[in-house]
Amino acid sequence: MKLTVKEERCSGCNVCRVVCALHNAGAVQPSQALLKIKGEFPDPGTYKIAYCNQCGICADSCPEDAILERDGEYNIDYELCTQCLICIDSCPFDVMVVTESEYPAKCTGCGKCVELCPRQAVLADQG
Amino acid sequence: MLYGYAGKILTINLNTGKASADHIPEDLARDYLGGRGFVARLLYDRLDPGTDPLGPENIIVVATGPLSGHLLPGSGKTHFGALSPATGGYGDSNLGGHFGPTLKYAGYDCMIIEGKADQLSTIIIDNETVKIVPDQGLKGKGAIEAEQELKERLGEDYQLLTIGPAGENKVAFACISHDFGRQAGRTGVAAVLGSKNIKAVAVRGTKKIPVFDAKRAQEKGEEMYKVCFGKPGFKTWTPFGTASITDWANEVGAFPTRNFQTSYAEFHEKINGQAIVDRLLVTDKGCFGCPTPCGKYGHTTTALGSAYVEGPEYESIATLGGSCCLEEIEEVAYANYVCDQLGIDTISAGVVVSFAMECFEKGVISAEEVGREISFGSLEDTVYLLEKIAAREGIGDVLAEGVKQAAAIFGDGSESYAIHVKGLEWSGYECRNAPGMMLSYMTADVGAHHNRSWALGYDVSQSDADVSELIEAGTGGKLEISTPDGKVDHVISMQHSRPLFDALGICRLQSMEIGFETFHYEEVFELITGRRLSWQEMLAISERIWQLTRQFNVKHIEGFGRDWDYPPRRFMEEPVPSGPNEGRYISKEILDKMLDEYYEKRGWDKNGIPKPQTLARFGLD
Ligand code: SF4
Ligand code: SF4
Ligand code: SF4
Repeated sequence: MKLTVKEERCSGCNVCRVVCALHNAGAVQPSQALLKIKGEFPDPGTYKIAYCNQCGICADSCPEDAILERDGEYNIDYELCTQCLICIDSCPFDVMVVTESEYPAKCTGCGKCVELCPRQAVLADQG
Repeated sequence: MLYGYAGKILTINLNTGKASADHIPEDLARDYLGGRGFVARLLYDRLDPGTDPLGPENIIVVATGPLSGHLLPGSGKTHFGALSPATGGYGDSNLGGHFGPTLKYAGYDCMIIEGKADQLSTIIIDNETVKIVPDQGLKGKGAIEAEQELKERLGEDYQLLTIGPAGENKVAFACISHDFGRQAGRTGVAAVLGSKNIKAVAVRGTKKIPVFDAKRAQEKGEEMYKVCFGKPGFKTWTPFGTASITDWANEVGAFPTRNFQTSYAEFHEKINGQAIVDRLLVTDKGCFGCPTPCGKYGHTTTALGSAYVEGPEYESIATLGGSCCLEEIEEVAYANYVCDQLGIDTISAGVVVSFAMECFEKGVISAEEVGREISFGSLEDTVYLLEKIAAREGIGDVLAEGVKQAAAIFGDGSESYAIHVKGLEWSGYECRNAPGMMLSYMTADVGAHHNRSWALGYDVSQSDADVSELIEAGTGGKLEISTPDGKVDHVISMQHSRPLFDALGICRLQSMEIGFETFHYEEVFELITGRRLSWQEMLAISERIWQLTRQFNVKHIEGFGRDWDYPPRRFMEEPVPSGPNEGRYISKEILDKMLDEYYEKRGWDKNGIPKPQTLARFGLD
């Protein structure tokens, strides 16, 4: 699933991050989430959502071609990945993380954040 | 292994500048769950009688619960406690936002701050690393301003607690501020932080919390959110948050107006939830894990200036709007903003300011003493008094101790309209036709706070309807006299159920406001902690905590007993002059009967002191 957002709906609850980390890293550990919420307070009092839009820049940066595109989604092939972590810094939205076993991780398009966001602020990109 | 918990207590000793982390004792988790339970037990064990609330020997306990930080609705609550400078007895308060979950991700369920730093400092916790950094640059800064500055310095990953000038100046109702508009407002915990020379606490945590059955806990958590999404109140209550109740509180004559002289404000539609949405709202702002964000973050413009501010939520509407008679929502919001920057609890602030206004009106204090003429309904006068209080200047120095102490100094009959119990100012529900709610305020361990039991709905409807249902039902314009029958049992049961959420470290509003069922918490608790406890068994733990906090007050307040449980004379002697409850009040005789029954059912003696066999029954002897 490719994501899109409606930031004006976001209430900063971080449910998306908790479920993302639980689903993808198997732990209650939002620092492992593959999207980020930033509150802009006190002024102007809004939230920004940093998320993966499947732009593929990480794939371009990978020297091993270990990030592969399928139906518009990029996924890391951990058989090919050599843990150089170059991709982490290449992400223009800063939403890739290094896992505890020191592999890179990126949004898998699992859609859990979309399913649980109470505000429909993260959505499936239909277009 | 304690599943669900981070596992450690962090103790920060400001005298030595050292921090240490110890395992959470298993019996503490077993018998007290967490949050409020940890706060109560640790304060009880660590503080000796005769401790000065503002002396270095007082301690602050910050505690999350076993459900905090997990995937379930409302898992963002954190509890704070200390010997209260407002009451001299048990003090606690909680806040939402993101601090507690982050503290858990840093590895700590609980943090104890003891001693005193030799200069104004900030505590910075980054997982295992704890630093106490002197920071005179923040001295005198507003609580929100200080948070903004520290966020810029430390980065987005840090969650912050800050105090304002009122906390630094040890105002008895100073609050701890977090996330640009969430406060642990009550009982003066921020004054204790100020007395220890701590301006702020920052925490960053990147670790995981162990879960007994992570896969099924995730499934259950997901299901819980989806059940919330399906509740009618999810759509009707959320847009207005706690302010939803403003019109209803007026309809049932429970809206504190003109320092609680009356219980209905003609202008209530100008300061209700709809007014917030129409005239202030920028964004809905929720706590960690919340499906029903009650925070209404907005922008207000008044003759005194304009500001961004979270809220006002219902309590601030009731005390600053109703009790001080600020008749426009922009003004209520601005006064709320001033309180937030100064770092004072809006509830006590509104009650203290309106008390001063009434004292002035009655000639108890003069323009000379106050420094100017003051009157109900004036934003300028409200802000003037708030600033004097925070700076402890002139009359502000007296008012900074709260209405109980101020009335003792002003005299002249002002005690009868100093609206408090045990020294803590009354929150937003007037009770002269609500005996259950009155008893709730009278017997709450911290003083006149609605957090422990909110029996008003039961007083009005004689049912367990949740708030969305009460608002939906209305009164049909008919308001009977509410009798004391059955109220004592109801209050006792609420005093166990509501504080239980505080021990679990979660928000009660999903349950209380939109009717989310409690059996879900039993199930998720078992999957997260691996421990099977029915809701009834958890309520029994909550009851133990209740007995403990009562005993805490016996231990710390000289001569404590029945006399500490009465409301101000106004509520027992003055009939409500206007509105739906015109002519009503509840006599001391009726309240005494209720107290007798309450004490009996609690296992306390006639003076309200827990009997030895009662304490033994809860393992507290
Ligand atoms: S789609 Fe899945 S992996 Fe991507 S951000 Fe959402 S929850 Fe995380
Ligand atoms: S779950 Fe939705 S509302 Fe909550 S922080 Fe994420 S995007 Fe915002
Ligand atoms: S209902 Fe309000 S207090 Fe409760 S978790 Fe949501 S935002 Fe926080």
